Amino acid sequence: MLLLALDTATPAVTVALHDGDDVIASSSQVDARRHGELLLPAVDRVLAEAGLRLDAVTGIVAGTGPGPYTGLRVGLMTADAFGLALGVPVHGVCTLDGLAYAADLEGPFVVATDARRKEVYWARYADSRTRLTEPAVDRPADIADQVKGVPAVGAGALLYPDTFPQAHEPEHVSAAALARLAVERLKAGEELPAPRPLYLRRPDAQVPKNYKVVTPK
Amino acid sequence: MADEPLVLGIETSCDETGVGIVRGTTLLADAVASSVDEHARFGGVVPEVASRAHLEAMVPTIERALKEAGVSARDLDGIAVTAGPGLAGALLVGVSAAKAYAYALGKPLYGVNHLASHICVDQLEHGPLPEPTMALLVSGGHSSLLLSADITSDVRPLGATIDDAAGEAFDKIARVLNLGFPGGPVIDRYAREGDPAAIAFPRGLTGPRDPAYDFSFSGLKTAVARWIEAKRAAGEEVPVRDVSASFQEAVVDVLTRKAVRACKDEGVDHLMIGGGVAANSRLRALAQERCEAAGIRLRVPRPKLCTDNGAMVAALGAEMVARNRAASDWDLSADSSLPVTDPHVPGAAHSHDHVHETARENLYT
Ligand SMILES: [Zn+2]
Repeated sequence: MLLLALDTATPAVTVALHDGDDVIASSSQVDARRHGELLLPAVDRVLAEAGLRLDAVTGIVAGTGPGPYTGLRVGLMTADAFGLALGVPVHGVCTLDGLAYAADLEGPFVVATDARRKEVYWARYADSRTRLTEPAVDRPADIADQVKGVPAVGAGALLYPDTFPQAHEPEHVSAAALARLAVERLKAGEELPAPRPLYLRRPDAQVPKNYKVVTPK
Repeated sequence: MADEPLVLGIETSCDETGVGIVRGTTLLADAVASSVDEHARFGGVVPEVASRAHLEAMVPTIERALKEAGVSARDLDGIAVTAGPGLAGALLVGVSAAKAYAYALGKPLYGVNHLASHICVDQLEHGPLPEPTMALLVSGGHSSLLLSADITSDVRPLGATIDDAAGEAFDKIARVLNLGFPGGPVIDRYAREGDPAAIAFPRGLTGPRDPAYDFSFSGLKTAVARWIEAKRAAGEEVPVRDVSASFQEAVVDVLTRKAVRACKDEGVDHLMIGGGVAANSRLRALAQERCEAAGIRLRVPRPKLCTDNGAMVAALGAEMVARNRAASDWDLSADSSLPVTDPHVPGAAHSHDHVHETARENLYT
């Protein structure tokens, strides 16, 4: 088994290789505006570090969000195109689950990432491997009652201390955690879903004025 | 001709997910998935709707193109993709797909210019482009006159719209007439039964002191809308056929007049017309008439190659391979305002001194 995991649903552009025993190479860069530029070079670097070529991988693992759409799509499109070119399966893992797994907590807690527009993407967990609620997008103040009294991880929690007073690291998801979680689930005989993006919001149905006047004067 | 470059091209700059495959100047496949129906009720292209549709359609469309062409991805000589200009988020889906696909297959990647691709596609219809080539590009997103001495390295803008694109004017007038979206085909249809001389609508930027090659359709748009509203206010029936014909005539009159003048001024004896509006039957007819009168040879690809598609990107990519142009780097980015003067985006080791600003603020909204 050789899995390539990647996630672009948070400000981190993160890539990891997992050989079935453990993560053998990884890379994480935080730059919310350059997912498109950074992802492929990061894949290239991680493979070089492991001394492997992409065609050695037996599967792709992609974080399905929720996360800001433009960045999220970079990772999912990349994973899909890898899968097509190599003829290997592409597995989807919820990005919040990856963060929860990395948090390594025994008791109940909350994962929240930054959804922008003063909202968070969030879900509740019984422990690091067990999600209790479907991922949702809300204003922090509106969910204060539902997240009260338990620790919280993720940039969304760290951003809103009034709602998440017990917020702590990890801030962003890592592909290493995503890969470990995926391997654990696959080894347990679980089937991982296809990598469908978790958008959670409907598209802004606005046609921008002069939407495509692109020819320079 | 098996030694000509076999290239797959990906186009996602607006609402069409296009994947085309060419061998040199021969078209092998042209697969397009459009999200136009999803935008219709909004009266224009909604960027987020387009981007979501691109992600969903990409893999099936690539598979369809390979099947249609009867080639294996392993045999490709390169992957080309529209790097810009266009809708930032939509472009990024195509660029991400192309980079990953090229990397996984071990093929060179060519990020190319959408406008240069609209010109180069004519090679698939009428053979190698004459050098130089005069091109009139008209669509919902662009209206420009370009002169290209070498489509892989030298594209010069002579003029462009100073406000709306020609296709946008069609969409707007169709909306005012309650004819739906997109406006081009339906106005073309009504205009066939109308009188183009019924109403004298203004011809923008055609005065003696106006820029010779620039276009303006905003004033025309307003004039037509006012004329229709006045009719309605007077309780009279709006003559949809005559309005369509007269409006369309005003647009294509200016487009062809300026294009023919540019050919004469620059001493170019042929004109290429591309972009979605090139499918307009009156534009084709009037261009033919005026080109013949001026001794200019007209080249217009079939309508399916005029609208956005992947074959045009593949055509330009194949030309990049044939002329040994530098491939793009793996950090290639989508550039929503890629200048028309950059036919492609070569890797850092080969790029020019100037670095143009990627419109990143548009990328993440
Ligand atoms: Zn176009």
